[in-house]
Amino acid sequence: MIAKKLYLALIVFFLYAPILVLMVFSFNYSRSQAHWAGFSLRWYRELFNDDQIMRAVRNTVLIGIFSTVAATAIGAAAAVGISKMGRRFKGIVMGVTQLPVMMPDIVTGISLRLLFIFVIRFIGAGNLGFGTLLLSHIIFNVPYVILSVMPKLQQMDGNLYEAALDLGSTPFGAFHKVILPEVWPGVVTGALLAFTLSVDDFMVSFFTTGSGVENLSIQIFSMARRGVNPRINALSTLIFIVIMVLLFLVHKRDQRLARDNSA
Amino acid sequence: MKRLFGYPYGLWLTIFVVLPLGLIGYYSITATDAAGNTYFTLRHFHMFFEASFPGQPFFSRLYVNVAVRSLRLALMTTVITFILGYPVAYIMAGKGFSDKSVLLFLFIAPMWMNFLVRTYAWLAILSRNGILNTFLAWLGLPILDILFTDSAVLLGMVYNFLPFMVLPIYTALKKMDPRIIEAAQDLGANSPRVFIRVVFPLSMPGVVSGITMVFMPAAATFIIPNLLGGGQYFLLGNLVEQQFLRVGNWNFGAAIAVIMIGLMLVSTFILSWFGRAEAKEGGMKE
Repeated sequence: MIAKKLYLALIVFFLYAPILVLMVFSFNYSRSQAHWAGFSLRWYRELFNDDQIMRAVRNTVLIGIFSTVAATAIGAAAAVGISKMGRRFKGIVMGVTQLPVMMPDIVTGISLRLLFIFVIRFIGAGNLGFGTLLLSHIIFNVPYVILSVMPKLQQMDGNLYEAALDLGSTPFGAFHKVILPEVWPGVVTGALLAFTLSVDDFMVSFFTTGSGVENLSIQIFSMARRGVNPRINALSTLIFIVIMVLLFLVHKRDQRLARDNSA
Repeated sequence: MKRLFGYPYGLWLTIFVVLPLGLIGYYSITATDAAGNTYFTLRHFHMFFEASFPGQPFFSRLYVNVAVRSLRLALMTTVITFILGYPVAYIMAGKGFSDKSVLLFLFIAPMWMNFLVRTYAWLAILSRNGILNTFLAWLGLPILDILFTDSAVLLGMVYNFLPFMVLPIYTALKKMDPRIIEAAQDLGANSPRVFIRVVFPLSMPGVVSGITMVFMPAAATFIIPNLLGGGQYFLLGNLVEQQFLRVGNWNFGAAIAVIMIGLMLVSTFILSWFGRAEAKEGGMKE
C-alpha cells in the first residue's frame, strides 16, 4: 500500500512540479528561472502592459465565447436532427462527424486552411484572420457538442415529443419545452467542453489565422521559440488558475449530476 | 421541425469536413505548371518516397527517414506512457483509495492544460541555466545539457501525453465487475495469474483507446519537437508546417498529410483488430 501511494505521489510530482516551478518563478524579481532574487509582480505588470499579449487575450476570450455559443446551438440542433434520421444515414453522418475528432489536429488545420483560401480566391475578397479563426473554432467544436448531447437524447423517451404535439403544442414549443430541458445537462457539458477546447487550441488556429491575428497559444508559441521569457511564466500562471477553476466547477457539477442520477 | 435540423447539418458536414478533406486529396495529386495549368500527377508521393537520393536504402531517404523518426518517437512515447501509466490507473481503480475523485481530478487536469504552457515549463527547467542544472551543480554533479536533444523531446512527449494514457485505462478497469476477479481467485488463480488472464485482457479496450490517444497525436505534433528539440528537430508535423507556411509547396504538404491520414487509418485498424482479438481471448464475447 505504501509503495502504491509512493508511486502515485511520484507521478503526481512529475506532472505538477514543472508547472509549480513555472508559477514560482513568475514572481521572481530577476529573469532567472533558477535563482530567487526576491518576490515581485514586475512580470505581471509587463504582461498587462504588453499590447500584443493583451490583444491575444482579447481574441482568445472573444473567439472562445462566440464559438461556444454558435457551436452549442448548431451542435444541439444537429443532434436532434441526427436522432431522427434513418439508421443508415445516421451511421454515415455520425461517422463523418467523428472524423475531425479522430484525425490529427494538424490535418484539420491544413484542410480548413485550404478551404478558406479556396473560397477567398473564388470570391476574390477577404483574408485569413479573425473571421476564419472564429469559423474554424466553431467547426471543430460542433462534433464535441453533438457527442455530449446525443447520449441524453437517446436516454429520452421519444414519445414525449409526440405527446406534446398531440396535446396541441407547436413543434417549436415542443422542442423548447420538452426536448431542451431533457437534454440540457448534455448541452451544458458540450458548451463547457467547447469553450475549454477553443481557449486551448493551437494547431487549428495556427493554420487558419492570418498575419496580425493571434490567440494566446500562438502568442506563447512565438514567444517561447525565442527562448525563456518570464512574461510567459506570468501568463501561464494566470491561464493555469483560470483552467483549474473552470475544471473544478465542471468536476463538481459532474459529481452532483452523478449523485442525482443514482439517487 | 425535428426532421428539418438533419439536412442543414448534412450540408454543414459536406462543406466543412468533406470538402476540406477533398481539397487535401486534390492538392496531393495535382500540380500547377508555370503557365497556370493544373494537371494530375503522383510526383509528390514519388518525391516523398524517393526524395533526391534514389541510390540510398529506403529507410534512410530524406522524407521516409522523417516519417520513420516520427513513428519511432511516437512509439517510444506510447510504450513509456503505457509502462508509467498502467500502474497508475491500476492503483487508482483498486481498493483503498477512498477519495478517488480528487486523485482522478489531479490526473485529468493536466489534459486540459495548454500544451504550450506545459512544454514551455520544461524549456525553462532544462535550459543550461535552468533549475535542474542549478540543482545538479549544487549537489556537485556534472550539469546536463539535454535541451535541444532527442531526450528532451521524448521527455516533453511523455510528460504531455501521460494523462491521455492513464484516463482510458482507468475507466476500463473501473467498469470491471469485481466479482469476476473474485471468481478467478475462488477457482484457484494466484494474483499474477488473475492479472494476466483476467484483469489485463478485460482492460484491453482502455489500453487500445489509450494507445490511440497517444500514438497519433504524438506522431503528428510539431510543437514539442520545435520548442524542446530546437529548430533542427524534424518530424512529419514539422514537415507539413514547413511546406504549407514557409516553402509554400501546398501540393507536397497535402501529399504528406494524405500519408499521415493513411498511417492513422492503418494504426487504427491494427489497434481495433488487436483489441477485438484480446477481448475475445479474455472471454468477453458479447
